[in-house]
Amino acid sequence: MTDARETSIRSTSTSTSTSTALPASPGETDPTTASGGTAPMYTLTAVTKTYQQKKRTVTALDGVDLVIPAGQMVAVQGPTGGGKSTLLQMLGALDRPTSGTVQLGDSELSAAGDRALAAVRAREIGFVFQGFNLVPTLTAAENVETAFADGSTPRADRRAAVEAALASVGLAERADHLPSELSGGQQQRVAIARALVKQPTVLLADEPTGSLDEATRDEIMDLLEGVWRDRGLTLVIVTHDSAVARRAQRRLRIAGGTVAELGS
Amino acid sequence: MFLTYLLRELSNRRKQTVIIAAGMALAIALVIVVSGVAAGVKNAQSSVLESVYGVGTDVTVTQTAEPGADGPGQRFAFGSGDGTTADDGSTEVAQSTLSAARGAATFDSSALTTVEGVDGVAAATATLTLENSRFSGTLPDFSQGAAGGAGTDDATGGGTDAGTQAAPPTGGADGAGGSAFDVDQFSVTGLDPAADAVGPLTSASLVDGRSFTADDAGADVVVLDQTYATSAELAVGDTLSVGDADVTVIGVVASTSSDAATASDVYLPLDTAQALSGLTDQISDVSVTAASASGIDALKADLQTALPDATVSTQSDLASSVSGSLSTASDLIGKLGTWLSVVVLAAAFLIAILFTVSGVSRRTREFGTLKAIGWSNARITRQVAGESLITGVVGGVAGVAVGLLGVLVVNVVAPTLSAAAAAETAGPGAGAAAGEGGAGGAGGGGFGQQVVQATADVALHVPVTPSVVLLAVGLAVAGGLLAGAVGGWRASRLRPAEALRSVA
Repeated sequence: MTDARETSIRSTSTSTSTSTALPASPGETDPTTASGGTAPMYTLTAVTKTYQQKKRTVTALDGVDLVIPAGQMVAVQGPTGGGKSTLLQMLGALDRPTSGTVQLGDSELSAAGDRALAAVRAREIGFVFQGFNLVPTLTAAENVETAFADGSTPRADRRAAVEAALASVGLAERADHLPSELSGGQQQRVAIARALVKQPTVLLADEPTGSLDEATRDEIMDLLEGVWRDRGLTLVIVTHDSAVARRAQRRLRIAGGTVAELGS
Repeated sequence: MFLTYLLRELSNRRKQTVIIAAGMALAIALVIVVSGVAAGVKNAQSSVLESVYGVGTDVTVTQTAEPGADGPGQRFAFGSGDGTTADDGSTEVAQSTLSAARGAATFDSSALTTVEGVDGVAAATATLTLENSRFSGTLPDFSQGAAGGAGTDDATGGGTDAGTQAAPPTGGADGAGGSAFDVDQFSVTGLDPAADAVGPLTSASLVDGRSFTADDAGADVVVLDQTYATSAELAVGDTLSVGDADVTVIGVVASTSSDAATASDVYLPLDTAQALSGLTDQISDVSVTAASASGIDALKADLQTALPDATVSTQSDLASSVSGSLSTASDLIGKLGTWLSVVVLAAAFLIAILFTVSGVSRRTREFGTLKAIGWSNARITRQVAGESLITGVVGGVAGVAVGLLGVLVVNVVAPTLSAAAAAETAGPGAGAAAGEGGAGGAGGGGFGQQVVQATADVALHVPVTPSVVLLAVGLAVAGGLLAGAVGGWRASRLRPAEALRSVA
């Protein structure tokens, strides 16, 4: 059966400004970025997401309005059950809102079908997870190669891109190692390489340092900040760690399904 | 990437892969062995049937015997002047009778003409199934007793006078008045000497002498089955008493199948057999070759319409007349074997499906992650289905190897199955005479209304055909695809958000 929403992403707005002005340094807050000044990467309008849980309706997001400019580094904090996961699913094109709209660049995600959302994820978004989420039977290089989801990239190009990605995270020598042969920090580096290898415009990190010790946490955050700065990515980090959150340009707090600015 | 991922997963989950493949292998091996044995049993049945009806016979036409139609049985009547009296007074007597085999009804030979007139008949020939019984023995000199007493053969006295002192009889088999008799029976088939396309001798090869020609019609000549010729110590050129005639042996034949003897001990030209048995213009069955293999059922119906009183049987009908341990094996393989294969196959499929679904559930985060980074449902389904398919194929290949080994073992052991092809007739007690064992030779019908036309010990040979191997591999592939389809469907329903579950 054809999903009525199985349509291509439709454009709902035309951006007149495509340039992205990166801040001089991480942590520097530009109050205009929340509402304008650079082209928005994400525009969430009145986004509500509800779930049915044991005959009870749970509101995970409650009329969220949010603009994330392109190239911004945003940290999202909040209590457990406050809606962080749901917000990340909306930003990552993993789910659709119950009401409201989610726009990624010129693409409207709210009404897109599964196939179209998968294509957006494959093309635009890189994910980094708390548990690394590497395929345990594949080597580091093969894990990075899984990011080429549609298989249309020639093999030689894939291999070259994988080598470059691993080199960029300092694991060129560990390409043939299985995840079980790598430390936690190294596994997360592989996951970052997997997220970056297809040159996404957005990098979403879900507690990227949650499973790491303090020293490794700093290494990973240095790496993420480095690629954010070098590549001009839009970086959204969900974290419980205030030390991590403080490194972002912009800090958001989500609780009870509503988003509030925390300032830098 | 697809193949690398697939092989890594299979080798990493070796235990699960081995269990699924082993289950599939067991099922496939069972299918091969059961199919092979079924084919072997069918071949054995065909072998027995061909020895009775000949190669190329698609349909036989017989007449159902009326219960009790055989009468009181064979009777040998000797007159007072019969036999040859020796010097010691004993008398050698011998008599042969040639009559229709018990339970084998005869009918008018015009039925052959009727059969030949039915559309779809490529060739037809009539045969007359007979039984020759020779009674021979030595009678003592009863005149000694008769001379010593009074009243013997007295029309009024009736019997020997007990008051006289009769001398004991002399001579006979033991020289003291005893008697000894031999009853020798052999089966006789009268057939058209010119028929070479269909009939009992089409499954026989000439061992010595010559076979019949059209010129032998009406001649007192016979062709012997090799087994009978050996046991009766007869050879080409010898003379054999059939009925009340002496006929000359012109040839010896043997079954083309090493598994069975020919249909009869002795073969006569049809008209000679009819004349010697007194069954003028009578036949006991018509063997028919159909013009088209696909039209056999229709031909059967047409023949039944043309000859409403006749029994029309196809090869598959006749297969049910094969009795003995071959029949038991056929029933066993047909029922238990087939069901066992189906059950094991279903169990193997179920195991494959359950393990695949279980594997998908364990890999929820993995598939969720792959979906999150852009893998489509189709690609994930392909990956899961590919893993199941390869597992199924591995199991299939192993199953084919195990199955072939099983077939080899059966062929090396070559279990012997006894078989009897019987023409069933109606009436109470039918089926009582289906005997077992004994190579070659035909037996007479007993009390039951059934006549055994041929018995044989058949060594079971299990054939393996490419189609069976292809079927087995096809089943393995189907099992793998089925499990993969179910597992893939399960994986495709996973929400990519599962990958983010760890987020608080």
